[in-house]
Amino acid sequence: MAEPLLHVRGLQGFYGESHVLHGVDLDVFPGETVTLLGRNGAGKTTTLRAIMGILRRRQGTIRMGGVDLMATPPHRVARAGIGYVPEERGIFASLSVAENLTLPPKVAEGGMSLAELHRLFPNLAERASSQGTKLSGGEQQMLAIARVLRTGVRLLLLDEPTEGLAPVIVQRIGELLRTLKAQGMTILLVEQNFRFASTLADRHYLMEDGRVVGEIRREEMAAKMDLLHETLGV
Amino acid sequence: MIPLLGIPTQVLFGQLLLGLINGSFYALLSLGLAVIFGLLNVINFAHGVQYMLGAFAAWLLLTNLGIGYWPALVLAPLLVALFGIVLEKLLLSRLYRLDPLYGLLLTFGVALILEGLFRSWYGTSGQPYSPPAMLTGGVNLGFMVLPIYRGWVILASAVICLATWFVIEKTPLGATLRAATENPVLVQAFGINVPRMITLTYAFGVGLAGLAGVLAAPVYQVSPLMGSNLIIVVFAVVVIGGMGSILGAIVTGFALGIFEGLTKVFYPPASNIVVFVIMAVVLLIRPAGLFGRER
Repeated sequence: MAEPLLHVRGLQGFYGESHVLHGVDLDVFPGETVTLLGRNGAGKTTTLRAIMGILRRRQGTIRMGGVDLMATPPHRVARAGIGYVPEERGIFASLSVAENLTLPPKVAEGGMSLAELHRLFPNLAERASSQGTKLSGGEQQMLAIARVLRTGVRLLLLDEPTEGLAPVIVQRIGELLRTLKAQGMTILLVEQNFRFASTLADRHYLMEDGRVVGEIRREEMAAKMDLLHETLGV
Repeated sequence: MIPLLGIPTQVLFGQLLLGLINGSFYALLSLGLAVIFGLLNVINFAHGVQYMLGAFAAWLLLTNLGIGYWPALVLAPLLVALFGIVLEKLLLSRLYRLDPLYGLLLTFGVALILEGLFRSWYGTSGQPYSPPAMLTGGVNLGFMVLPIYRGWVILASAVICLATWFVIEKTPLGATLRAATENPVLVQAFGINVPRMITLTYAFGVGLAGLAGVLAAPVYQVSPLMGSNLIIVVFAVVVIGGMGSILGAIVTGFALGIFEGLTKVFYPPASNIVVFVIMAVVLLIRPAGLFGRER
């Protein structure tokens, strides 16, 4: 198989005195959609924050397309080609929808144009001058994804994009991610909603207590249902 | 002259003009404070001293190098901004992880040291600085004589304030600044160099104070104490306008200058405290300030 786009080995992470990541190992290959599954507090969000350099107290190896992210200052991580869609979406209240959309600087060629984004998300064009946080939860989630698609990133880190959204919106986000995958986008997805994740992902990593405790490929899903239930407690 | 409410119009407009002049400086200074507080969460107590530095820079440029008002209007703020960059890089930037009080204490200490140094070097009597020849004299507006330099100060201050407001509220650069004020961690994750932005924002706010100092040099005397005389009122302006609110700082600055001027006409003994009375009332009714948002 090809070189992984994102390569994480032995990732340790700390919040103040507490040790929250205990050696996370994961790889995401170009074009793959991979999920991190696990209960609340398993370290999924923290793993994404450590990759982005938002969590500063960390040890181990993180490489993105050959760039050593451990040695990269936080404001340069995005330039390695990573688009971050945080939990709670991170829409700016003091910015209009249009300003939110154009805020992240381009990191590479090949991102979507505004016209393409508006075709994909017609609501965002209609409400361009509204305050960002006046959008509905689903629209805010679309905006949070759309704004990093403009920047030309190769890898999306999505933190619970379906949280708190109505089923019909969840379905639309699923369609969107499938479209992106078809276009060659690599996606690392943190999800609590296993049914949503199972329809999208090529592989799942199971996380527990700050480490990866198992890996399930799409085709092994039926055989490894027990492990899944045990880890997720569903 | 027709008296208005028993006050000769000459007196009324004279005080209104004085109020507008003071308001121009309140607006310029509180604007810088608001921009700095918004992004850095630092209450910049050195702001008055940085204003004084601007005036002194202009005066020193003139007396030592023969550099006149117009070049000084650009050079002096740049020098003060440079001082701001050094201060931020060397000291302030180490305090962001701590309680905001530390930033206040640091800048207060810097202010005391600089003010003391300038007092011992130049005394407190104040140095005269003449307005440029182009802006001397006055124009008769019919109801009053307007000294041209004062008109220039009001105009320049209004233009600078509006331009700053426009850049912050209506341009992509301003959008990035607003976003970083709201959530610096996420803005950084998008690939924007937030630490550099913080340094430049501090430099800009401090440079504005320096610019106000140059504008003030021909109006007031160039004195080591000129900043501390003004800064207490400016802080009241910022509190009334709402901490960190750009529009609030500008509108409140001009409005309070005028208010003060009018109080001088109608009830002079209250003119020194009217700003603080307004502050107390505003804090009672709207604790976040007139234009502020609850944090």
